[in-house]
Amino acid sequence: MLYTLLCYNDEMVTSAWTKEEDAAVMARLDEVHRKWADNFRPMLRLMPTSAATTLRKSENLVVDGPYAETKEQLLGFYVVDVDNLDQALAIARELAVANPGGAYEIRPVMLYYPDGSAIDDAPAA
Amino acid sequence: MPQPPDPDWIESRLIGARPRAIAALLRYFRDLDLAEEAFQEACLRALKSWPENGPPRDAEGWLIMVGRNTALDHVRRQSKLTELPPEDAMSDREDVEPVLAERLDSADYRDDILRLLFVCCHPDLPATQQIALALRIVSGISVRDIARAFLVHERAMEQRITRAKARIAKAGVPFETPGPVERSERFAAVSAMIYLVFNEGYTDANPASERANLCGEAIRLARLMLRMFPAEPEMMGLLALMLLQHSRQGARFDETGAPILLEDQDRSLWNRSMIAEALAIIDKAMLHHQPGPYQIQAAIAALHARAGKPEDTDWAGIDQLYQALERRAPSPVVTLNRAVAVWKLEGAQSALDMIAPLDNALGGYFYFHGVRGALLRELGRNDEARDAFGAAIGLASTAADATHIRKQLDRLERSGAQTS
Repeated sequence: MLYTLLCYNDEMVTSAWTKEEDAAVMARLDEVHRKWADNFRPMLRLMPTSAATTLRKSENLVVDGPYAETKEQLLGFYVVDVDNLDQALAIARELAVANPGGAYEIRPVMLYYPDGSAIDDAPAA
Repeated sequence: MPQPPDPDWIESRLIGARPRAIAALLRYFRDLDLAEEAFQEACLRALKSWPENGPPRDAEGWLIMVGRNTALDHVRRQSKLTELPPEDAMSDREDVEPVLAERLDSADYRDDILRLLFVCCHPDLPATQQIALALRIVSGISVRDIARAFLVHERAMEQRITRAKARIAKAGVPFETPGPVERSERFAAVSAMIYLVFNEGYTDANPASERANLCGEAIRLARLMLRMFPAEPEMMGLLALMLLQHSRQGARFDETGAPILLEDQDRSLWNRSMIAEALAIIDKAMLHHQPGPYQIQAAIAALHARAGKPEDTDWAGIDQLYQALERRAPSPVVTLNRAVAVWKLEGAQSALDMIAPLDNALGGYFYFHGVRGALLRELGRNDEARDAFGAAIGLASTAADATHIRKQLDRLERSGAQTS
């Protein structure tokens, strides 16, 4: 069985962490990552929401920032390897035609570990 | 497994909540000191109450509500305030968190943050006071640490901040909701102030110093602004520009603290995740098709960041971007920077011709003489190069800058010895 664990927190708080605090959190997480290494699959850390763009599907409208509505529920996500935001948006638009309604939030990924390896060398954000 | 919040958790929660909470309290009280005191009081109560009762779900709403109520009590006792804020500002007095939280997301709340930052960069205040005030009030950095960052005594910094607050109190907090023109003026002033904070930190060679921390603080302020105003391409440009400049922090100085030129930096020391974020933000900004000076400068920095080796740098692209910048925000310093791109593209003579007319405007500018010296040296005009480097040393504001130019002079003497 595959599950996803989606991480939520307040960016204003996490961005207030000092480098040491960030490193301490990462070290604590890393312990858990190691312990469950056989169970972890891809792990990724997203860039801050300032790098997010949202495509509102029904209006085919691109707006800045993360998807902030609470009416809809998170139903899935893709990871795409593209040259730039334009290309990511092009793919999102085609998906939107195939499956209208709701929105896609397009957010770059900061760290990506495809095999779930522990993030020893993760740079502090 | 629920656990009481530890002091570090509370501390970062309070720091994170500070800008938005103070901004809301400033709207209620229209007085910077009162807003700050109210927030302080709320923080003290949080430190007492949260470990006992558990943290509130909406910590910000809690702090605003508690801060406002305690300050109101205090004000009533002291009878300092002759007039309470008007009823419309007080209409959300229900002590119910969800109601308050909903208001926090409303549009006028964004203007609270903008107002708070704008108050700190009041045009009557000199730049140094603007920065100090923003760091104290918005970021919550202690007077002692700000004083360290500015290399002045704590007492002097205390006075500077007190004077700045007195001026603002005299000028009055601009309480009315800004119109579109006013809002964009406030935006420009706040952007400039954030970039000033960044530049204060940028010149420090020690990445662990209080001063160098200002870079991270400026980046946080820009992020805050973008969260409130996500569709502002110039704020995206500013954030990207600062991230790109900050990404090179570990490579910009040698072990003695002397600056290392971009082309000589070890690019493996550049922070890849900051660069990646900046490039993503520039992509976003470009979708708006509203270029401005911050976006153009970010695009220039991005072309440097994209080059794995100095010789891979897209100098033609950089030249074009500087031309665009010259059209929008003409200044001799921009032309000087463009001349460096022209140097790489067309050679030293073209660049030297280009900066010749800048002699009047930039005669007192360190970098002008540094660039001119390097150009003259390449053209083999060693005597003139020596004079230019000498002028640069005379204008250097830090010992490290002077050392850097002396190294250029040494190179000049060595090459002169070889060719003669």
